[in-house]
Amino acid sequence: MKDDVIICRCEDITYGEIVEAIDSGLTTLDELKRVLRTGMGPCQGRTCSRLISRIIVERVGGEVADMKTLLDRPPTMPVEIGILAGEGNEE
Amino acid sequence: MTRDAMKTNADCVIIGGGVVGAAVAYYLAKGGMTNCVLLESEYLSSGATGRCGGGIRQQWSTEPNAQLAMDSVRIFKTLEEELDADIEFLQGGYLVLAYTDEDVEQFHKNFKLQRRLGLDVEILQPAEIATRVVRQLNTDGVRMATYCPSDASANPFLTTKAYAEAASRLGVEIRLFTPVTRILRDGNRIVGVETERGVINTPRVVNAAGSHSVLLAQTVDVQIPITPYRREILVTEPLERFLDPMIISFSFGIYFRQVKHGSVIGGFAYPDEEPGFNEESSVDFLTMMSRKLSFLMPALKHVKVVRQWAGLYDVTPDAQPIIGETDGIDGLFQASGFSGHGFMIAPRVSSLLAQLILGQKPDLDIGRLNVRRFSEGAIDLDHSVV
Repeated sequence: MKDDVIICRCEDITYGEIVEAIDSGLTTLDELKRVLRTGMGPCQGRTCSRLISRIIVERVGGEVADMKTLLDRPPTMPVEIGILAGEGNEE
Repeated sequence: MTRDAMKTNADCVIIGGGVVGAAVAYYLAKGGMTNCVLLESEYLSSGATGRCGGGIRQQWSTEPNAQLAMDSVRIFKTLEEELDADIEFLQGGYLVLAYTDEDVEQFHKNFKLQRRLGLDVEILQPAEIATRVVRQLNTDGVRMATYCPSDASANPFLTTKAYAEAASRLGVEIRLFTPVTRILRDGNRIVGVETERGVINTPRVVNAAGSHSVLLAQTVDVQIPITPYRREILVTEPLERFLDPMIISFSFGIYFRQVKHGSVIGGFAYPDEEPGFNEESSVDFLTMMSRKLSFLMPALKHVKVVRQWAGLYDVTPDAQPIIGETDGIDGLFQASGFSGHGFMIAPRVSSLLAQLILGQKPDLDIGRLNVRRFSEGAIDLDHSVV
């Protein structure tokens, strides 16, 4: 794959950046998230996690199925602060 | 970071890969003790450090805390150069809001103390907040504020990683995903650490495992008075840069700032939180925090929350950390109980502890932070805990 292909679309993180991070020793989804922000965007890694798992396997071995997934954190979808505050959606 | 066999002999084993453990490892190696192992049960900053707000505040109500924080800011200022890494350090200031009579009285005391120590803190009237610090803040009910432009923030993940990598370059072995099952003692001295991947023989252990330090200490029959409390936090979608300072209030109960990436991140301490190791997120926090933010900064109402999470404060009876040797057990050093402000004082506290471990006289006396203070009676509670 080309280095400049974007893998995490929320945070614009490329294949090249991910490979570099894995090769520096960050070999779990959790570690990559905290350093590269992959999975910190609005989709919380729903788009990129599987791709990144495969890249990790490609670089360091193991099985995608055995990889610890990222925790799904609430709210599942981004929600406006005003709505969460119970103030409705008035303009 | 290393994949070959774990060391079986070390001069010191540090338990806990948060900012304190990583920093102690670095300062030990820098001071010449390079045959050390840092053990972390998961990954770096997976505990309290990586869940914190990243604020670095010097405005404290007791002299020792203010002094430690001011010294830490001095270290933070050149830390990126020293560790050769970006940690997103920014001196964006802290704005502390007073709402009650008690606040006003305490803030004037704090101001006097902090100015005497040479801190660039000032008192602001509510009207000055918009012109001097932040335009978007709703100051209804605000009686006064203190503002310290040299207060700061940094990225806790990057800071911990920077310390660990610098330690690693000096020869420290960093072992991730290696839970410690117990500390090993022979009579009144430390002899090793037992992990799920084998034993490391060592005469010195640093217990820097946050709330879990209590359980580790119990494996050598030592009791340390730390109680874990869940603290929750949320983060919004990224916004264009508009807010430099961290904004906090003890009486209103909030802290929030805009991180370098653009998100607003903030939380508050739920007053009725039960002690325990619960790290689940709650709907109550999400709605209460949203109400607080909507009130204080109405412009945020249309900004989306992307994520919330929780972490543990390791709280001591006086909200001050437990640092130093353990009476009766040679070689056991404590470095936990930071009560929610470990990140901001980590550089200074960790370097002082390293001096103690290296057998040197620490530049600043940290005897008052020894765990023995709790059996000696009088403790000095800091009022500036958020």
